[in-house]
Amino acid sequence: MTKSELMDIIGRKQKHLPAKDVELAVKHILEVMSDSLSSGERIEIRGFGSFSLHYRPPRMGRNPKTGEAVALSGKYVPHFKPGKDLRERVNTGRENPIRS
Amino acid sequence: MALTKAEMAEALFNELGLNKREARELVDLFFEELRSSLARGEQVKLSGFGNFDLRDKRERPGRNPKTGEEIPISARRVVTFRPGQKLKARVEAYAGTGEQ
Repeated sequence: MTKSELMDIIGRKQKHLPAKDVELAVKHILEVMSDSLSSGERIEIRGFGSFSLHYRPPRMGRNPKTGEAVALSGKYVPHFKPGKDLRERVNTGRENPIRS
Repeated sequence: MALTKAEMAEALFNELGLNKREARELVDLFFEELRSSLARGEQVKLSGFGNFDLRDKRERPGRNPKTGEEIPISARRVVTFRPGQKLKARVEAYAGTGEQ
């Protein structure tokens, strides 16, 4: 499922709302979530899961082209932990083939 | 503090002019549709934010951490989140205090 398919599905279930509103709402939800994580704030959605930041310490890396050593500074990466309801539903749906 | 569904609905109310009930319903539907998609085996791709992928895990040996007793961890399907380039770049720039 892609973002536009998600917008279509939600739109079909909220027929009283103009498609444009649904489209903006989906974009806005994702924007608010990205803003939250990029300002270091966690996201907690009961039954779905939580997003937080994990720290990656500084390390020495290499330029793959020249083989030259380069110092890489520490950074944060987004991390998602699925909630109980999502974990259970995904596992119950195990007989469905995985599709992209 | 963490971002919750209530705050996302509040943002839709303030910034898109949806009424409070519509805003709450949209936020609920957004997460419900992600869950249903994953439950029917369909991975989710939200460009700019990230992908929710599914993986089938085989049974593996495990242990009860309290008693030390060996118990197999059953085969299961799990969700993993792969943040997109845009989200990764935004989060990397976060020079936080490391409290997460």
